[in-house]
Amino acid sequence: MRNMIRRYGASLTLLICLLTAFWLLMLVIVPNITLLESSFRPYLPVTEIGGPKDIYTAANYMKVFNGAIEVSPFGLTFQIPVHVLTFSLTLFYSVVVTLICFMLAYPLAYFMAKILSARSLPTMFLLLFVPLWVSEVLRAFAWWMILALKGPLSWVLLQLHLIDHEVRWIVGYNGVMIGLVYTYVLFMIFPVYNAISSLDSNQIEAAEDLGAPWWRIHWRIVLPHAKPGIASGAVMVFMLSAGSLLVPSILGSTTSQWFTQTVQQWMLDALDWNTAAAYAFLLLLMCTLFVSLVMKIFRVKLSDIAN
Amino acid sequence: MHKIRQTLARVYAGAFIFYMLLPLVIMSAAAFNNTDKIPAIVPWKGATTKWFTALWADDRMWHAFQNTIFVAIAVALISVIVGTAAAILINSVSGNLRAALYGTMISTILIPGAVIGISTMIMWTKIGNGLGSDFILFNPGLHLSVLGQVSYIAAIVMLLVLARLQSFDQGLEEAALDLGATHAQVMRRILLPHLYPAIGAGAAVSFFQSIENFNVTQFTRGGADTLTIYVFSKVRSGITPTINALAFLLIVVTLAMAVLYELKRRRNASVEAAREAEARRAAALEEAVI
Repeated sequence: MRNMIRRYGASLTLLICLLTAFWLLMLVIVPNITLLESSFRPYLPVTEIGGPKDIYTAANYMKVFNGAIEVSPFGLTFQIPVHVLTFSLTLFYSVVVTLICFMLAYPLAYFMAKILSARSLPTMFLLLFVPLWVSEVLRAFAWWMILALKGPLSWVLLQLHLIDHEVRWIVGYNGVMIGLVYTYVLFMIFPVYNAISSLDSNQIEAAEDLGAPWWRIHWRIVLPHAKPGIASGAVMVFMLSAGSLLVPSILGSTTSQWFTQTVQQWMLDALDWNTAAAYAFLLLLMCTLFVSLVMKIFRVKLSDIAN
Repeated sequence: MHKIRQTLARVYAGAFIFYMLLPLVIMSAAAFNNTDKIPAIVPWKGATTKWFTALWADDRMWHAFQNTIFVAIAVALISVIVGTAAAILINSVSGNLRAALYGTMISTILIPGAVIGISTMIMWTKIGNGLGSDFILFNPGLHLSVLGQVSYIAAIVMLLVLARLQSFDQGLEEAALDLGATHAQVMRRILLPHLYPAIGAGAAVSFFQSIENFNVTQFTRGGADTLTIYVFSKVRSGITPTINALAFLLIVVTLAMAVLYELKRRRNASVEAAREAEARRAAALEEAVI
């Protein structure tokens, strides 16, 4: 800090500190504290705010347990509160999306890092960057068209006689999963690619010379080396999927509900900002726990993930 | 066996690119289909440009477009200023303070957009209520979207600028100070010029991140539209192929920029190669002379 004052003078240093403080305090820390504080207050008409009814309560969080519905996965039937169900399904499907993205991305990342020649690499990147720069809403919309009942997918399969009548593809969480994987798989490719390309190819060749089969080379050499990249990709894909509102809204079916959609209903339809705050906080909690878990499993630090 | 695996990998990469690009092609193609109302490419009913005409005449789209540009410029401007300041600060502190600051900054990238949107909205309206003020800042609207978006986009700029700072030689600043430069001159003539490439990249990334943003905007916008919100509401209600026309135009713009970037890169690479060849020749010549 003293070094900074010597270089840039007291007033510039102060300005730099104030700008950073504005960002971290006014845009990050205070809003989140306010969010937490509001989530413990009841939703009241304006006239009663600050009145005797305006006390701290966990009632907003308890709303998660309202309205049980019956579900029967794997033949087991039991009652579960509808928002708990949404929360669990969002968590579950986000993890599944993350796994699918990893399985799709890993071979490609390896190919780009170790097989593709250095000359064609920029072209490959360019081709991958194009969909990344096209906005998320349009990518979801493209799949909405493709998966439509009388859409191109059904049409092609009909022409090939693989199906004999048009299929409704957007059933349950199918559409959401397809959309999320398509939209976020690129966020897995780039970190995994970065990690693998820093691996010395001599290690792979040495293993080959010593007679290791290809799957063991991947299991024992490439995968362990790519761990930070995988962790970073997994965190990005999970956060984006769990926090996505666009894809579940556009590609959702009548039976799919994403937790962000529930948050949105409290905020924009019910106009109950306090309950929305409580639900948003639960979403934040889910994401934080997931990140901590991944960091623990992969033994990486937050700074490794952000890179 | 090795050959087969390599070929398989190539086929897979080709299939992956196909998977990435085909939806965009289908979406673009539907913009030219002469259907009645619903966007589709099958059955093909002949080519038309009527959806582009309809898009051109859509006032709401133009208004949303204008809003998007304003928001994106504001976000890019604030994010660049704040992000650069934060990077300089991070670079000059160390120890626990640095770790805490850095951790807080990059954690903003990981906060879900819905949480950012709701927390921004609640805080500013609460401040407004507390002050009893009806000032525009404290009501829902796109200015709150700007603040919400800055909260995580500034972190991206910070990372870019911080990376660039690693290659900065602080001796240059020392030299300038010794030669009698003022602090402002050191900042403006020595440090910032070194950071310009990262600042430029940061501004571009911020601009596009802002255009793409949906979650934060959806919760803070009040009644205002941005392009993303406009497309979203069109998809939810009464969709027409005008959206495909818009998508086609956006993809063309993206492609054009990508191609320009690639051409520039190639030119730079060839200039670089020429320079290296020159240097090698000069070295060889020198050796021969000695």
